[in-house]
Amino acid sequence: MELQHLVVKIPVEGSLGIDPAKVVDFFHPWVAKQAVPGVVLVDVAELLHVPKGPGVVAVGVEADYAFDHSDGVWGVLYRRKDVVKGTNAERVSQALGAATQAAAALEAGFPGLKFSRKEFELIVNDRAIAPNLPATYAAALPEIEKALKELLGHGDFKLARHDQEPRQRFGVTVTSAKPFAFAEAIAV
Amino acid sequence: MKASNAIWKERLKGKLPEPLGSELDQYEVEIGLKLQGKLDDKFFAETRLRRGSYGQRYDNGQRYDGTESRKLPFADKPGKGAGTQWDAPGMQRIKVPFGGLNPAQLEVMADLAEEYSDGIAHVTTRQDFQLHFIHVENAPTLMRRLAEVNITTREACGNAVRNVTACPIAGVCRDEAFDVTPYARVLAKFLMGHPDTMEFGRKFKPAFSGCAQHACALVQMHDIGYVAAMREESGQMRRGFKIVVGGGLGPVPRQARVLTEWAPVEEMLPLTQAVCRVFGRHGEKKNRNAARIKFLVDKWGIEKFREEVAAVRKELREDPRWHDMLREVDRDTESALRPPGKLPELGGDAQLREWVKRNVADQRQEGYVTATVALPLGDITATQLRALADIVRKYTRGTLRTTVEQNFLIRWISKADVPALYADLKKADLGQPGASSIVDVVTCPGTDTCKLGISSSRGLGGELRQRLLTKGVELDEAIQGLHIKASGCFNSCGCHHIADLGFYGVSRTINGYKVPHFQVVVGGQWENNAGSYGLPIIALPSKRIPDAVDRITGYYAQNRQKSEKFFEFVKRVGKGPIRELLEPLNTNFPAHDAEPGFYTDWGDPRAYSIGDIGIGECAGEVVSRFVFDMTAAERLVFEAGLELDKNDPQKGGETAYAAFRMAAKALVQFQYDDISDDPDEIMAEFKERFFDTNLFHDPFVGPKFANFYFAAHAGRADKFDAATAHHRIAEAQLFIEAVHACYNKLRTTPAAATA
Repeated sequence: MELQHLVVKIPVEGSLGIDPAKVVDFFHPWVAKQAVPGVVLVDVAELLHVPKGPGVVAVGVEADYAFDHSDGVWGVLYRRKDVVKGTNAERVSQALGAATQAAAALEAGFPGLKFSRKEFELIVNDRAIAPNLPATYAAALPEIEKALKELLGHGDFKLARHDQEPRQRFGVTVTSAKPFAFAEAIAV
Repeated sequence: MKASNAIWKERLKGKLPEPLGSELDQYEVEIGLKLQGKLDDKFFAETRLRRGSYGQRYDNGQRYDGTESRKLPFADKPGKGAGTQWDAPGMQRIKVPFGGLNPAQLEVMADLAEEYSDGIAHVTTRQDFQLHFIHVENAPTLMRRLAEVNITTREACGNAVRNVTACPIAGVCRDEAFDVTPYARVLAKFLMGHPDTMEFGRKFKPAFSGCAQHACALVQMHDIGYVAAMREESGQMRRGFKIVVGGGLGPVPRQARVLTEWAPVEEMLPLTQAVCRVFGRHGEKKNRNAARIKFLVDKWGIEKFREEVAAVRKELREDPRWHDMLREVDRDTESALRPPGKLPELGGDAQLREWVKRNVADQRQEGYVTATVALPLGDITATQLRALADIVRKYTRGTLRTTVEQNFLIRWISKADVPALYADLKKADLGQPGASSIVDVVTCPGTDTCKLGISSSRGLGGELRQRLLTKGVELDEAIQGLHIKASGCFNSCGCHHIADLGFYGVSRTINGYKVPHFQVVVGGQWENNAGSYGLPIIALPSKRIPDAVDRITGYYAQNRQKSEKFFEFVKRVGKGPIRELLEPLNTNFPAHDAEPGFYTDWGDPRAYSIGDIGIGECAGEVVSRFVFDMTAAERLVFEAGLELDKNDPQKGGETAYAAFRMAAKALVQFQYDDISDDPDEIMAEFKERFFDTNLFHDPFVGPKFANFYFAAHAGRADKFDAATAHHRIAEAQLFIEAVHACYNKLRTTPAAATA
């Protein structure tokens, strides 16, 4: 199974502590300076009027970055839209790395805002590739475990299906016993 | 591009209705050929548009970042036509005839929003859906997945018959003549790809209403509108339609005119086909700004148009589908899932009571109600769409409608189920009260995603909605019933002309900086199927619009007579006092450094102006003079509206021309100090300096606004009636906006300014 179009969401830890509308101002320079190598950022979409919605999205051609509130949980979200070459481990690494880069940038930009270092969601944003079925979980689990062991450098983590509802996208919630490191922040 | 496109193609092979399946295969081939540079730009653009794939803001690869316009580093690939870059995200419009949907369709919409867009599906003012940020190479897959649940995007854009809209309470309405739903469905099917619709120079929008008095379908603002009516013939009651043509909003709105007071339903298809053939044959093709059917009706007059349609009707070859397609109409009805009931005691739940008051309405069928699911700015998440699908399955036989107010309407709810329905909607964050009230603000996409947006209509709409929700039930009952609609530009996709309080985006210069503004439009009529259109009274900075709303609504609450609707109130008190109320908001502007936020748009921190405009002493003088003259021109337009209100269309039309002349003179004066007041000289100088040089050309509508001036000049001795005076006034306002835009352009290109 080739895991493409990965979404990684790292939840905010503790209280939110910021006005999400300020993230609009924060994302705009990313577009102006084209701050993410390999991603053409096009605009910032402010969707805060929608309850439990996508929040604020820096929309790109190859990927989106968001300060996301879907499911009622605030977090930083990376959504890969384009195909990524390589192995599943490399794709998981790429997506988590991109999400942590954004998380680090937001933490630097908003003192008091903290993202979890022990938990994230990994979702395959493509129902044809990964229908949300037990069979998909069974097939993907070894791949994801292998990728995460390489990426986190240990096997001390738990995986749980993100949502068992067949209409939802397939994904797992990763809970690591040890904190994982954030990549270098996106800088403008 | 999605890795799964090939999987979906294989999975859905042979499962899609024909010819749609083959057409999508063909579209995919065309996309491949275009990418290889083997297809003409113009051809591909029209092909793409006819499949509902629209351009989006910044798709030309340029984006202003607050200090300068920069190139977006899209990959170097052939364009998609009309100057759009290949990888630039686009908008996908999805047709929903009469707004009718089922749960499976909602679920597919949810999946597509999640997998191809930003997680949001947007309901439009014409009952369509729109998904934004779609890559063109994913579009065929998206369309296949829609086709699997009987949804098409075909002819959702382009010079085609657009979505056939209809009253969302058709079939359950207490006032309708009969249920128009099956007729809307039949017409949509009949016209799709019909040979007589292939020669249109512009789009063509049909709408159906079950009655004349309500606003649910807004037929008066449509290219063709059908109002259900019953008539007794030979002792039998027969179904038919009053058919109107040539309505439309856009920059200069038109009320539709009566093609026929009554045509039996059997004549609906042939008569429509005849209208289409007449429009295809005689409608303007070269100048897209005068190509809607309303211009043909204007040019000919309704009598000649009617005669031509009658002549063409006689020449049409009999088509068996005219009758065959109507055979099933009486079987095409919805019914209830649950038995009728009585509304239970609502108890102390104030939110539930408020929701029932605003969002729930009795059906004609005893024991049933409709419930409006109010969406903020027409937006709904994928998760909410799935929840809504479940709710629709639970309480109905699996049907619901979108509305022209960008909401959903669930029908056939047993009254006994109302509290449980509310609880389920609330759980999905869909239990927002205030449907069709002042908080239910309607907007077009504006500068968020639209290429034509001037000001942020969604930003303004969101701000107004939030402020009004906070005030909530404290608002006077009369105020709660008002409608607010905002468009990001004069093109009226937000339907500002028919709102109680309408706004459309313009820009102005304050202290040397461009500042987003909105024209305030009052006097429009939502009722009677969009029975009359408002006129702008003043342009205000965007950030002062919420104050303007407070002032106007407060004035209305204090001074209205019992049961007086807002448009009646405006007619009685006149626009003058309302403008006076707002004029203080157009003074005492903060300095840029003291309050930079005043100079930006709602929800967008970028500087709105192109920035760094030097204001020397000389320029300062010129600015003052220009502003002085333009203020006079705007006042003249306003006064023209007052004359019209006083039932003096002649004076209204003449005053509007004076406004044209004043604005033209202001612009000419920018280059030529010694311009006289002679109308012919102003006209000649304007033409030579700005029209012939293309300086006045709008990037999107070309010479349209200059042509308004030329026509007004040529017809300055014309006789005006109410309609022609209204048009002249609206055109004068647009000309003034264009003069502002040209002036701003001149100020940033000094060579042109002194040419």
